[in-house]
Amino acid sequence: MGAGHAHRLYRHGHSPVHGLPPHTKLAAAFGFVVVVVSTPREAMWAFGLYAVLLAAVAHRARVPAGFLLKRLLIEVPFVAFAVLMPFVAEGERVDVLGLSLSVNGLWGAWNVLAKGTLGVAASVLLASTTELRELLLGLQRLRLPPLLVQIASFMIRYGDVITDEMRRMRVARESRGFEARGVRHWGVLAKSAGALFIRSYERGERVHLAMISRGYAGSMPVIDEATATRAQWSYALTLPFAALVVCMLGWTL
Amino acid sequence: MHVPDGFINAPTSAVTGVVAAGAIAVSLRGARRELDDRTAPLAGLVAAFIFAVQMLNFPVAAGTSGHLLGGALAAILVGPFTGILCVSVVLLMQGILFADGGLTALGVNITDMAIVTTVVSYAVFRGLVKVLPRGRRSLTAASFVAALLSVPAAAVAFTLVYWIGGTTDVAIGKVAGAMIGVHVLIGVGEAAITALTVGAVVAVRPDLVHGARDLRQRLRLRVNGELVDAPADDGTRTAPVAARASRRTLWVTGLVTSLVLAGFVSFYASANPDGLEKVAADHGIDKRTEKHASSDSPLADYGVKDVADARLSGGLAGVIGVGTTVVAGSAVFWAVRRRRTGDVAAASTSGV
Repeated sequence: MGAGHAHRLYRHGHSPVHGLPPHTKLAAAFGFVVVVVSTPREAMWAFGLYAVLLAAVAHRARVPAGFLLKRLLIEVPFVAFAVLMPFVAEGERVDVLGLSLSVNGLWGAWNVLAKGTLGVAASVLLASTTELRELLLGLQRLRLPPLLVQIASFMIRYGDVITDEMRRMRVARESRGFEARGVRHWGVLAKSAGALFIRSYERGERVHLAMISRGYAGSMPVIDEATATRAQWSYALTLPFAALVVCMLGWTL
Repeated sequence: MHVPDGFINAPTSAVTGVVAAGAIAVSLRGARRELDDRTAPLAGLVAAFIFAVQMLNFPVAAGTSGHLLGGALAAILVGPFTGILCVSVVLLMQGILFADGGLTALGVNITDMAIVTTVVSYAVFRGLVKVLPRGRRSLTAASFVAALLSVPAAAVAFTLVYWIGGTTDVAIGKVAGAMIGVHVLIGVGEAAITALTVGAVVAVRPDLVHGARDLRQRLRLRVNGELVDAPADDGTRTAPVAARASRRTLWVTGLVTSLVLAGFVSFYASANPDGLEKVAADHGIDKRTEKHASSDSPLADYGVKDVADARLSGGLAGVIGVGTTVVAGSAVFWAVRRRRTGDVAAASTSGV
């Protein structure tokens, strides 16, 4: 049970990055991605520098390169899309290896690939150094509406329960000889989804009653306030500010 | 179709972020009205359900399979406001935890996958439920159509965002064609699964389906051999009054917004042909198009005849168009509602 509340993407550790307050990390990751997105795509070297910056963060967080690269696989669908771009985009064309490619499309593909990869890498670093509950606390500190944070925390808390319920229903279906092979079996699967909805909703009602009986009156008590010192803020914001310098250079050079 | 970072430029991402934040703020208030202090646990559990059901694979044929997107399903089952909240929270968590969809593209993702799907599907669903005869079969049919339209609507919204702020110069016609073509196919699957799921829930717990709220039978008691309507409890008695007041403001706001959009914004927009017309013109597709039958009507080609200034006439035509649509639409709804209340009145008098 102890491991149930740590998500699979989290990597336990005691590095300086793990120790930072969550809202500073969220702000740093978000600021970094915003800077990356607003960099001109012609400044190719800037993206190299960004990657170096992220590598430095990963090194400080003691996240191994293999772990990071494996997580990056999530963006494979967009790689496929980016590969298509040079073929369909407008503008002047250039011949590469006998294929007629659009110059604009090549730039676009590079743009999406570089920025998308850096964005995914930043999110992966954030998720692998921050615990779920801390992330939610950080979101609350960043003035996300408390109700939204509560909804998110309930989703995270019961996500595994609901997924397990779905798994048990699948086991029950399969132990009765059911195997979904095509459109004809959608009815059975949809009935499972309907049953899952009813179970989730009823569980929500029970959770609400349990909360009421423990004195819930619309807001959750805050027991551990996440605070950050000036030093922690400046340590966390080193990343986006370093990126900002690179971005400025990218615009001027 | 989670959009990654760098796909849409920074200003457009910021604008969609503001749109998404506004919609979420409105939904937070709306969800509190739909669920009061049960909002947090119930919306959280429904978000967990949406998250789980997106992992349920529906085999199509020969190894390929699809899965539910869930916007339409959430809107029909728990209502539009809670639906928007649930899908947005799922997208937020997917973006932060699983790096699925970029952090800066969160606004775009929430706008087209949470807001557009939910609003379009719920509007279509309510409209159809009002028009179709009462019953479980028409609920299923309405949810089929609602889900069918919601997915291409999201694709259209994405295409619009791409047209405004896409970072690559792909012809908008090609983007629209590819996106809408693929998503019409996805929409058929989504529609079938949504309709079957809604049908399954309605069969067991019809009281949980938000979209079927009006179809619930009033509780009637037999007192001294006569059927009497049970007194409604306070919650249901006060709710419609509040809803009516807010519906009027909603109606007025919608009308003013569409008038402003049609009259004022088109004033600026109408000078350029729209994307599709432009693509058609570039590719010479429009050479073969024949003149529309009503092309010599006074409002043809979105302009008013005899008004020389192109922009002014475009704006004027927009205002007139919105006005006519509102009047015609209101007339239809008024007639339908009148007929229905007439039916109810007749039924209750014959019942006594």
